[in-house]
Amino acid sequence: MIDVKKLTKKFNKFTALDDLNLQFTDSKSIALIGPNGCGKTTLIKCILGLNVIETGDILVDGKSVKEDFRYRENIGYMPQIGRYPENMTIGQTIQMIKDTRKIPASELDTELLQDFALENLYHKKMRTLSGGTTQKVSAVLAFMFNPKIIILDEPTAGLDPLSSEILKKKIIKEKNKGKLIIITSHLLSELDEIISEVVFMNEGRIIVQQSVEDLMTEHKTEKISESIISILKEMKK
Amino acid sequence: MNKIARFILFDILKNKIVIFYTVLLFIISWSVLGLEGNYTKATLSLLNVVLLVVPLVSIIFSTIYVYNSSQFIELLLSQPVARAKVWFNIFLGLATALILAFLVGCGLPILLYSSIETGFSLIIIGIMLSVIFTSFAMLAAVLTRDRAKGIGISIFIWMFFSIIYDGILLVLMFQFADYPIEGIMATLAGLNPVGLSRIFVLLQLDISAMLGYAGAVFAQVFGSRGGMGISLVVLLLWASFPFLISLINFNKKDL
Repeated sequence: MIDVKKLTKKFNKFTALDDLNLQFTDSKSIALIGPNGCGKTTLIKCILGLNVIETGDILVDGKSVKEDFRYRENIGYMPQIGRYPENMTIGQTIQMIKDTRKIPASELDTELLQDFALENLYHKKMRTLSGGTTQKVSAVLAFMFNPKIIILDEPTAGLDPLSSEILKKKIIKEKNKGKLIIITSHLLSELDEIISEVVFMNEGRIIVQQSVEDLMTEHKTEKISESIISILKEMKK
Repeated sequence: MNKIARFILFDILKNKIVIFYTVLLFIISWSVLGLEGNYTKATLSLLNVVLLVVPLVSIIFSTIYVYNSSQFIELLLSQPVARAKVWFNIFLGLATALILAFLVGCGLPILLYSSIETGFSLIIIGIMLSVIFTSFAMLAAVLTRDRAKGIGISIFIWMFFSIIYDGILLVLMFQFADYPIEGIMATLAGLNPVGLSRIFVLLQLDISAMLGYAGAVFAQVFGSRGGMGISLVVLLLWASFPFLISLINFNKKDL
């Protein structure tokens, strides 16, 4: 559960997030969408504590992100572009993140690791990996520690069709377990099967926050992508 | 040592540039110490190389490494780890790797071809300069998002302490030659980590002729033993201050 309260984020004079109020409740998978520069990444970075919050607040499970870093035990994050120290292997990288999390091996979720067959590549150095394989490592790390909240930034961008299907299935499975999943993506067609709620942002504000069913009945469409496009068209008028 | 620091240390030790740096230092040290029979003279020649190369490589390499790790830093910060801890461990990993490179490249030849009695001050300042300029690199990298600007700041810091600072001192000495400015000059000379490192080694080798004006004044004012103690304290301050400022900045930074 994430509660965003009156969050305003400025970069010098540019207002990236403008008095944002928002609630993400558990067992939902939420798509954050909007044009480039609308504040999606800034919002995610604020939740993760990568951006410093000056005005407003974000509560993750009731705890303010400004005070203690330990709330991040409940969050798994898959960045859009992952870059890792070049000379270390996949195995060493995963081991290092495991060490910082300090979670017993029995509680780890290694399903994605097996599905992606990454263990066969454990000895490969990060420098030699393709973009897609690096994305797989990021995805594995995001799901591995059984976090209550999973944040995915453009998860399927570099993945081959087979792997992105594996990832999608995993996302649906975790959502059904009652986890909160936040996805940003520009590939609207990809979202159809996964998400249950849409948050549409523009210029640092929330334009629409609706469940998928409401959105589709309101715009009389059968696909999320079509509803989004009709919202976009209305905005331009 | 923390897991993050150790991870970064091993990553850097396998880095080709650091391996090249180590080999380069080794060849230079080996040839300088091998060619010159007089240990003191050889150490002096080596001193000049160390004063030039160690700060330059430490600051440029560390700056580039921190910029290249920006996404990795973001990933680390999305784990339940405090910001200060991540930043400190990167510093620790970088500094340890560069110290090891120096010890293998320079310390080993000194042990093999010279004596520890003549060489120990050189080894100490090599270690100190590695840490100090890594600390400066952390500061340069946190000041700006733009990699080119960050590297520019690093090069300027290196140039300032290696070249410009002594130039300014020289101009001051000529301008105020008629006044009793020894105390001020000694203080100013003692504030530059590179100049101070030179004085530190020369004080230990006890060759006042080589000290130069600033060093001669420094030796005169502080005396040999006290001078070395104060030098070490100032070097330690230089190693920690830039890093502490960078840490304060990093804690407030939007990544």
